[in-house]
Amino acid sequence: MRPLTDEESKQFFEKLSKYIGDNVDVLIDRPDGKYCFRLSKDRVYYVRESVMKKAAHFGRPCLLSFGTCFGKFTHSSKFRLYITALDYLAPYAKYKVWLRPGAEQQFLYGNHVLKSGLGRITENTQQYQGVVVYSMKELPLGFGVAAKATADCRRADPMTIVVFHQADIGEFVRNEEELT
Amino acid sequence: MGRKINYDEKPKKGLGRKAKKQPPPEIPKKLQEQRRGVKKRRADDRKAKAKKIKLKPINDSESEIDENSIASELNMGLDSDDNSIEDKADDLFEGNSLSESEGPDGNGADRNENGKHKSSDSDDDDDDDDENEQDDDASDNDSDDLNDLSLEEASKRLVKKKAKIERQAEEEMQTNILDSERMHLPTAKELRRDQPDLIASRQRVKDILLVLGNFKARCEPGRKRKEYIRLLSKDLCFLYDYNEFLVQKLFDLFGTNVVEFLEANEQSRPLTIRTNTLKTRRRDLAKSLIERGINLEPIGAWSKVGLVITDTQSIPIGATPEYLAGHYMLQGASSFLPVMALAPQESEQILDMCAAPGGKTTYIGQLMKNTGCLVANDVNRDRARAVIGNIHRMGITNCVVSSVDGRKLPGMIKGFDRVLLDAPCSGTGVISKHSEVKSSKDGKDVQRCGHIQRELLLAAIDSCTASSVTGGYIVYSTCSVLVEENECVVQYALKRRNVKIVPTGLPFGNEGFTHFREYHFHPSMKLAMRYYPHLHNMDGFFVCKLKKFSNTIPKPPKEDLPETAEGDNEGEGEEEEMDTENKEAPKKKKKKSNKGMKKST
Repeated sequence: MRPLTDEESKQFFEKLSKYIGDNVDVLIDRPDGKYCFRLSKDRVYYVRESVMKKAAHFGRPCLLSFGTCFGKFTHSSKFRLYITALDYLAPYAKYKVWLRPGAEQQFLYGNHVLKSGLGRITENTQQYQGVVVYSMKELPLGFGVAAKATADCRRADPMTIVVFHQADIGEFVRNEEELT
Repeated sequence: MGRKINYDEKPKKGLGRKAKKQPPPEIPKKLQEQRRGVKKRRADDRKAKAKKIKLKPINDSESEIDENSIASELNMGLDSDDNSIEDKADDLFEGNSLSESEGPDGNGADRNENGKHKSSDSDDDDDDDDENEQDDDASDNDSDDLNDLSLEEASKRLVKKKAKIERQAEEEMQTNILDSERMHLPTAKELRRDQPDLIASRQRVKDILLVLGNFKARCEPGRKRKEYIRLLSKDLCFLYDYNEFLVQKLFDLFGTNVVEFLEANEQSRPLTIRTNTLKTRRRDLAKSLIERGINLEPIGAWSKVGLVITDTQSIPIGATPEYLAGHYMLQGASSFLPVMALAPQESEQILDMCAAPGGKTTYIGQLMKNTGCLVANDVNRDRARAVIGNIHRMGITNCVVSSVDGRKLPGMIKGFDRVLLDAPCSGTGVISKHSEVKSSKDGKDVQRCGHIQRELLLAAIDSCTASSVTGGYIVYSTCSVLVEENECVVQYALKRRNVKIVPTGLPFGNEGFTHFREYHFHPSMKLAMRYYPHLHNMDGFFVCKLKKFSNTIPKPPKEDLPETAEGDNEGEGEEEEMDTENKEAPKKKKKKSNKGMKKST
C-alpha cells in the first residue's frame, strides 16, 4: 500500500473530473473523517484514514481490498474507472442521462445507449463528455461517454448511439472477477 | 330327378327363442349312473319309492295346463303336453324330420304326441333325479346314519357342528388381531430374504417409532432395544439416502422426532432477502419488487430488514436492477441471527473471521452505518473476492478484506471490540441446500471440523479485547446441529480462556444443551441458541455469545483427555480449583466464575 505518485494522481483526477468536474475536493475534505487515496496492486482505493491504518497491518499477499476501489492503472499506465466508484460519482455528477425502461436492460448487459432508449439528458452536454446514466426512477445504473452533444441527440436517428457504455452495475454479476 | 324340395317359407313354430326360460341344468346320463354308484343301497331304495310317488300326478296336471296355454297363444293346432319349450322344440324338429316326406300336421301331430310323452317322462325323470342328487350330496357330508336317526337328533348334531365351526373361526380371528397389534421385528434372515421396499420400510419406521415410544409394553418378547434402533437406522438410511453415522447422530439428537427433521431436509427453506438500509428502506424495496411482479412479505416480527419471497414469477431475484444497485442481499433467515446476537455498534472495530460470501459482513456494515472499521477475513482467497464484490455493491466503505488463516489473525492484528466467528462446519443444518452432506460426512470429518473450530474460536477470543468500552463480545455460530461442533467447542473455549456465556438476545429458538449423552457442559450453555429446520423453518443453526472478561490467558487444564472426560462435572470443579491456585491476576474473577458454577451445580 502506498500513496499515489504525482503522475498517477494527475491522471486519476483528470479522469474523475470528466464525470464530476470540480467536485473532486468534496471527496477529500469530508466532515466525517479524513479520506485518502491509496494504491495497492495497481488499484486505487478511496478510504478513511482510520480504516487505512488497520489495513496496514496486513501484508501485500494477505490484503485484498480496503475501503472503495475506484479503478485500476493498466499496463500502459492509463487509468480505468470501475463501476465500484459509482457511489461517489453519482451524487456529484454534472451531466446525467436518463434511460427509458426498455433500454435499461440493454445497458445493464453492456450495450451502448441508442437514441430510442434515451429518456432525458442534461442540457449543454458536450460531445465525449463523461456522463452518469440513471434509470427513470433515479437509480444510478452506470456511467459512459456522450457520443453526441445534447442538440445533436435531439436531431439524431433512433438507431444511432448517443452514449458509449463504460461501466454498469450489471458487471457485479457479469464481470465479478475483474472487479475484485 | 331328385326329391321335390319344398321352397315355401315355413311358418315359425313354437314360442320363439327369447320366450324360453332357462331350464335346470341337465346332467348327462353317463354321469348320473356314476353318481348313483357311489350311494348306498338304502338311499337308492328310498329314492326309487319317492320317484314312483312323484311321477304320476305331475304328468297329468302339467300336460293339461300346457295344452291349453300353448294352443291359445300360438294357434298351432298341435296337441302338445310337454313341460318345457325346449322339449317341445326338440319334438317339433323330430316331428318335422319324420314328417317331411309325408303331409303336414295330421300324422306329424300324432307322432309328436308320442314323442313328447316319451321325452317328458324322461325329462321328468331327469329333473327328479337332479333334485334328489342335490339333496344326497348335501347329506353325504353329514354322518351316514343321519338318514336313519330321527329328525330331532339330526338337527341337534347339526347345531353342535355349526357352533364348533363358529368357535374355531372366532379363535382364529382373535389370534390374527393379536399378531397384527404387536409389531414383529424381522430377524436378519428375514431381512436378507426380502427385497428392499420403500413402502414396507416406511411402515416399519412408523412401527418401530411406535414401539420405542413405550418399549416395555410394545416390544416383542426377547428382542432388545438395540435391535430395534439398528433396524430403524437402516431403514432411515435407505429411505432418505443418509449414511449410518449421520442417522445415528441425528437419532441421538432428536429421538422419535428424527423423521420430521429428515423430512424437513428434503424440502428447501423459503427464499429470504435482507434490505440494505444504507441505500433504501424495506417499504420502498418491497414496493419496487412488487412492481416487478415478485410476491413478498415481511419475514416476521423479529426482523425489520428481512423479507421472504413467496413467489418469484420466474424473475431472477439475483439479477434485478435493485439487486445490482445494492438495495438488498440474498440471505438465509438463519444467517440474520448471529449478527443480531453480535449487535455491532457504530464506531466500533469489528472482525468477521470467516466472512465469505459476505452476507453477514454486509449486515454488520449496514448496522455500523459505515462508521468505525470492519475487517472481513476468509482463508479461501477466491471466496474472499466474493466478499469484495458484495461489499462494493452494497456500498460498505469501512471494510478491509483480507485472506489469512484465521488462526494466525491474532498475530497480525488485535484489539477488536467484537468478533464474529461463523465457523466452517459439517453442514448438517443445511442438508436441504447441500444434499451431499447426507452421505459424505462421517466421524472423521466431524472430528476434523471440531478441531479447526476449537482453534479458530480461541483465535477469535484472542483477537478480541476485554478492555473495550462498548464491547468485548465474541459470537460463535455454525450451520450445524451436532453437539460435537457446537456445545463441545464452546465448552473447550470456556476452559481455556477467560470468557463466559451471555444471553444472545435473540427473540426465539431452542436452548443449548447443558448435558447430552456422555457430555456435560457448563450450566450457562442453555443461554446458547439452537435452530432446527422442522421447528423454525430455517436452516439448522447454533449461536452462542461470549463475553471476554480478561485478556490474560489461563494455564491450560492438566487433563489432555478427549472431551467426554473433560466434560465431567467433578472434573470441572477440580480443574477450576487447580487453576486458581496457579494464577494470580485473574484470581478474583476466576473465583467468581467458580462460585457461579458451584451454585448452579
